[in-house]
Amino acid sequence: MSGSSNLAAMKKVVQQLRFEASLSRVKVSQAAADLQQFCMQHATQDPLLTGVSSSTNPFRPQKVCSFL
Amino acid sequence: MATQEVQLNETLAHLKTESETLKSKLEEERAKLHDVELHQVAEKVEGLGQFVMKTRRTLKGHGNKVLCMDWCKDKRRIVSSSQDGKVIVWDAFTTNKEHAVTMPCTWVMACAYAPSGCAVACGGLDNKCSVYPLSLDKNENLAAKKKSVAMHTNYLSACSFTNSDMQILTSSGDGTCALWDVESGQLLQSFHGHAADVLCLDLAPSETGNTFGQCIQSFETHESDINSVRYYPSGDAFASGSDDATCRLYDLRADREVAIYSKESIIFGVSSVDFSLSGRLLFGGYNDYTINVWDVLKGTRVSILFGHENRVSTLRVSPDGTAFSTGSWDHTLRV
Repeated sequence: MSGSSNLAAMKKVVQQLRFEASLSRVKVSQAAADLQQFCMQHATQDPLLTGVSSSTNPFRPQKVCSFL
Repeated sequence: MATQEVQLNETLAHLKTESETLKSKLEEERAKLHDVELHQVAEKVEGLGQFVMKTRRTLKGHGNKVLCMDWCKDKRRIVSSSQDGKVIVWDAFTTNKEHAVTMPCTWVMACAYAPSGCAVACGGLDNKCSVYPLSLDKNENLAAKKKSVAMHTNYLSACSFTNSDMQILTSSGDGTCALWDVESGQLLQSFHGHAADVLCLDLAPSETGNTFGQCIQSFETHESDINSVRYYPSGDAFASGSDDATCRLYDLRADREVAIYSKESIIFGVSSVDFSLSGRLLFGGYNDYTINVWDVLKGTRVSILFGHENRVSTLRVSPDGTAFSTGSWDHTLRV
């Protein structure tokens, strides 16, 4: 009966919403501060931020070897 | 029976009103926490200098659009899949092709490298995810060793190994995601909750357990298809890229969107996003053939990269963060 399946679907939706409403949340200022802290902490280890010198860069332009 | 129907309708209406109240309550709760914007918090942070990022390698060899790529944990190998049905494993340092597999279908939309580096998984219009063990013997026919792992009822849009070679997570156009055991091909768990095709998935960096829970949170602020999602390195947030030309950052603990990365001049959709190792930079591959690099904290664009001759379809930062690779509809990959 389509009536009862609609009911079941609605029950699920309500259950899900109840669950989501009960989650504990953090303030954006707190969450943002944490994100920022993570960034700053790891910034020195991020090669794309700090740049890599040519000698250590595994992707430096390939040099062509020539036979002398 | 009339009375039963009336009763049902009443309960239905009752549930509907309850769901409406819950929804507005959720909105309220979320809004309460919105006390400040991310870029305001980040004002005191030093701005990033000019970035010079150049294409260091161009990988040519696919006969048609590159749809997806993934890095190997050894930071040098890349697997890529294309519309022409081929899956190729490259050595990004030398640009040599190490393995090539022809899939029985075209449009291989998803590919992933196993954490051990010994296998690749791929799938697409064939509705399955297949795992191919990579052997060092060049003469061996890889296709013969293939293992079919996942079966969906619609195309496979994304796949990813969990921390081990033994489990794969897949997402599909049939609206579900599923966790499979590679050895037996058995479905371990399936995830429902999306109303339409699931286009992409990502695992939290700390996910080591073997059991996954139910749908915990859902976010709805994008105005169009979301093409790509990627977890922030700390696991507390994730970014998404969408056809509405914006990338957005959502924080899981605050349970809301915390930043939008967009510009009036950008009107093309984002196909793929990834973070740099520290999470400070967000790279987005766009359908207007460019890559925009955003400062995650300040919300500003740091750099725009050109080079591809068609839309950028996939983008990934290498495991050690020294480079990122992009795949495009122009048949090439660039590192």
